[in-house]
Amino acid sequence: MNEGLRTREGGRIDRSRGLHFSFDGRAYTGVAGDTLASALLANGVHLMGRSFKYHRPRGVLACGAEEPNALVAVRRDAARYTPNLRATQVELYEGLAAHSQNRWPSLAFDLGAVNDLLAPFIPAGFYYKTFMWPRRAWQWLYEPRIRAAAGLGRAPTEADPDRYASRYAHCDVLIVGAGPAGLAAAAAAAASGARVMLCDEQNEFGGSLLADDPRAAAAIEGRPAPQWLRETSAALGSNARVTLLPRTTAFGYFPHNLLGLNERLSDHLADPHPDLPRERQWQVRAREVVLATGAIERPLVFPGNDRPGIMLAGAARTWLNRYGVLPGTRAVVVTAHDEAYPAALELQAAGVFIASIADVRARDDGSWAARARAAGIPVLTRATVLGTGGRRRVNSILLAQLEGGEAGAQAQPCDLVLMCGGFTPSVHLFSQSRGKLCWDEGLQAFLPGTPAERVRSAGACRGVFALDAALADGAAAGAAAAREATAPARTGVCPSGAAAAAAAPPAAGGGAGFAGALPQPAGARGRAFVDWQNDVTTGDLALATREGFRSIEHIKRYTTTGMATDQGKTSNLNALGIVSCTLGKPIPEVGLTSFRMPYTPVSFGSFAGPARGELFDPVRTTPMHEWARARGAVFEDVGLWKRARYFPRGAEHMHAAVGRECLAVRNACGIFDASTLGKIEVVGKDAVTFMNRLYVNAWTGLAVGRCRYGLLLRDDGFVYDDGVVARVSENRFHVTTTTGGAPRVLAMMEDYLQTEWSDLKVWLTSTTEQWAVVAVQGPKARAVLAGLVDIDLAAAALPHMSVALGRISGVPMRLFRVSFTGELGFEVNVPADFGPAVWEALWDAGQAHDITPYGTETMHVLRAEKGYIIVGQDTDGTVTPDDAGLGWAIGKNKPDFVGKRSLERPAMTSPQRRQLVGLLTTDPQVVLEDGAQVMAQAGARAPARALGHVTSSYHSSVLGRSIALGLVAGGRARIGETLYVSVPAGDIPVQVASPVFYDPQGRRLHA
Amino acid sequence: MLLIDCPYCGERPELEFVYGGQAHVARPAQPAQVSAQQWADYLYRRDNTRGVHAERWRHTHGCGRFFNALRDTTTDHFRATYKVGEPPPSAAAPVPR
Ligand SMILES: [Zn+2]
Repeated sequence: MNEGLRTREGGRIDRSRGLHFSFDGRAYTGVAGDTLASALLANGVHLMGRSFKYHRPRGVLACGAEEPNALVAVRRDAARYTPNLRATQVELYEGLAAHSQNRWPSLAFDLGAVNDLLAPFIPAGFYYKTFMWPRRAWQWLYEPRIRAAAGLGRAPTEADPDRYASRYAHCDVLIVGAGPAGLAAAAAAAASGARVMLCDEQNEFGGSLLADDPRAAAAIEGRPAPQWLRETSAALGSNARVTLLPRTTAFGYFPHNLLGLNERLSDHLADPHPDLPRERQWQVRAREVVLATGAIERPLVFPGNDRPGIMLAGAARTWLNRYGVLPGTRAVVVTAHDEAYPAALELQAAGVFIASIADVRARDDGSWAARARAAGIPVLTRATVLGTGGRRRVNSILLAQLEGGEAGAQAQPCDLVLMCGGFTPSVHLFSQSRGKLCWDEGLQAFLPGTPAERVRSAGACRGVFALDAALADGAAAGAAAAREATAPARTGVCPSGAAAAAAAPPAAGGGAGFAGALPQPAGARGRAFVDWQNDVTTGDLALATREGFRSIEHIKRYTTTGMATDQGKTSNLNALGIVSCTLGKPIPEVGLTSFRMPYTPVSFGSFAGPARGELFDPVRTTPMHEWARARGAVFEDVGLWKRARYFPRGAEHMHAAVGRECLAVRNACGIFDASTLGKIEVVGKDAVTFMNRLYVNAWTGLAVGRCRYGLLLRDDGFVYDDGVVARVSENRFHVTTTTGGAPRVLAMMEDYLQTEWSDLKVWLTSTTEQWAVVAVQGPKARAVLAGLVDIDLAAAALPHMSVALGRISGVPMRLFRVSFTGELGFEVNVPADFGPAVWEALWDAGQAHDITPYGTETMHVLRAEKGYIIVGQDTDGTVTPDDAGLGWAIGKNKPDFVGKRSLERPAMTSPQRRQLVGLLTTDPQVVLEDGAQVMAQAGARAPARALGHVTSSYHSSVLGRSIALGLVAGGRARIGETLYVSVPAGDIPVQVASPVFYDPQGRRLHA
Repeated sequence: MLLIDCPYCGERPELEFVYGGQAHVARPAQPAQVSAQQWADYLYRRDNTRGVHAERWRHTHGCGRFFNALRDTTTDHFRATYKVGEPPPSAAAPVPR
């Protein structure tokens, strides 16, 4: 540590606890209570980063969340590497390892700095003007180069091993910001018994009080400010109805008073407990919100204003009073606001030589300038800055009087320049809440106007800067918020008109400051930076206005001003001031860009919370899942379900396993877990009427004990879902849906029932998870079931498409005789808990009949061999029943059903619509690709229109060849024609065929 | 996330609800009797309101009931929620407190 730069006493640090840390591999020492930035400054290190575009050397500008320059990466290990942290917010711990960014090979010598020399050739918008030609160069030159140069910081290379927590909370009053106004608001709200939450992004509460010299601090409520801060915090902390959240950033303000808070729990610890989450994201629904988010000091815009060692005056005060660090030895102060004077005087008292104060205002109000002069500091008025010198640290500044121009300019050596352009109220969250901002001419600031939520602003964030006024403002806001939050008559979350009115802020004490670029005499040189992080200069903004941009939203996007990770916290108002001046329009007419969440960057881990890995999505398993897993089934995801796809034997791959399973079902018998099928019980005296109105089929004539293939359309006439429907009793239907369609079918049923046909006596119940369903399919299926059930399985007693209630191995059962394979088949429905036992019983009984378990892949092949569609695979939301070959299902005599009117539109009956057909490749071993385009001619090239596309395609082992289904324009009239399936390797000739490839007469089904 | 006042359950967070589009669009009682244009209007034409909009919500992860709401699309503030079958309250009614 450079001993000369750390004060001997004072500040909120513990000099007795030294901490070792490294920056770019070099070892340094700081003390407990330091941030990385304060510790580096104490070691005389000002160069902390390189700028994004020009790679200019940059030092720390500010001391908080608004810092645009000192972005660093902190590395704990390969997986714990966090880029783009503001060094001003990184709390120091023993062993901290930080790295600078955006430089190569080193921070001091950065080859990218050649961009700085090229600056005249890469002005704002150069991206849009360059790289236009030759077009092919994009691929091999422009894009790779731009990508290599783009981005700030590097991403970690390993998965994040840390844990992130998530919490919901409700409170009466949420207060954002624990400076004087926020603390006063919290104390007032808590005094009324309200449930209060108070959050602040810093590690300790106090806000602006933390930057004050404790020896010179004002008294609050009759106590010295530090004592008031300590006692107020302690009182709040011991109140059970108050939740205090330090290190917690309110990053987003969402509708109806929902705020997102990000609490950092372990980043400041050298050796965090392994059970401690790294961050916790709070979603707080507050009845009332008080924003006490303070104000951000504005830099001044003058040539060469970006060199290391040039910083905000308030930041310098913070380094001195909070961290005991002298940020330089010989300083020049440039200011447009009174607030720089106490900084100068306090630094002088601490031993920093203040060479001069250059006040850009026409006249000083007397008292501050007089005090400075009395302390021996020369004060210049109507001053401006013509330029600065120094490469990695400022070493001189050229001051001039506005009238004098260059002639009277005086260069002053210095290693520190303090600037203060005034204060910009932090209205970010208020603006996010969609509250209106109003321009205050006296303060030269946007202030909160009419709120859109139940929110109040207090203190500096609404232009109330003076300490006693801010305290009173906070206390009033806190008390009013608590009163409204706990009012007995209160309902709802929307604000009333009355809440909007708040007293206008008093005139600012230290003046309004300055927004824009400092006026320059003719011939001034050097770039004046407006947006430090994105390297936007006054020249860039001037160029944008010369090129015709007028709206600040356009200028922002063209120049990228305010678009860096700091979202222009220090730059937006200066950019507005410059554009306003150039266009000759007042600032409110130029407009204000939108404030967006997050206020400061939030880690992905915080948003993901616990929802990662196994908890990313819920997993649904069937009652028989364990059996399949134990048998080595390969599973596939179908929605949230895990379904057995095939059951490989030994080293068998999928193709072989599926071929074997298919033949087993066709020749003997297979067993299949169909439990994921959606199931809805439709019950009530109007159940048949409801089904008639909803599904295309005629249900009145369906006898109890029989099933029917049900087809459901949307009212636009297109296929929505399908499934077998059984009439279990007169007023009870057992409706099945596709696996993925169950929730949306139930939602559609509820919609019509509740909102269109609420007179019908019908009740709907999802029973998907109440039934375990075991499909036994194949010529020997009847023999497998025969010994287990108390039902006559003869074809005459239980024909295809029927249902019987009975028992299997003593378990109550709904037995469906249905088939999705084209074979004799049964689906055994038993209460879910009995699923595994019934499955085992069927498995045991099946051993004598060569029973084989099969999965979804085999199920798909078997159904395709029969031409049975899968909704969503063979249909796509533009397919009518007739297109899918299902016109026969429609109840012809029904006056209405959902979708009927749409089917009567001429376009819906055109013979040229795409119809479902079979496609047989000339070469029987070629398996087409799903989704491939079907063309009329070989060799067709874009923009030739396709006749249709392949929807399903498999190898059929029972047929010994490939089969495919497709939707083809006028397809049924083309049966026998040769068409071409276009693939990158060429055209595959296919013959259009019937979509039923196997047993077209259905003899096996009715066995 | 909005806070929505289900007429059956009270205030619940938006994630318990599913939006249901514009309210008071009745399905023609006899679709066969309406013209193609009328049918197309029923299927596809919806208001694009700036201001107070009557819309359907369903408390899917709660009571399961559909209900209607008046929401100001410029502020996301709900003026009222009401049951299916009830007429919309006057949009000019004072904002509930
Ligand atoms: Zn409800």
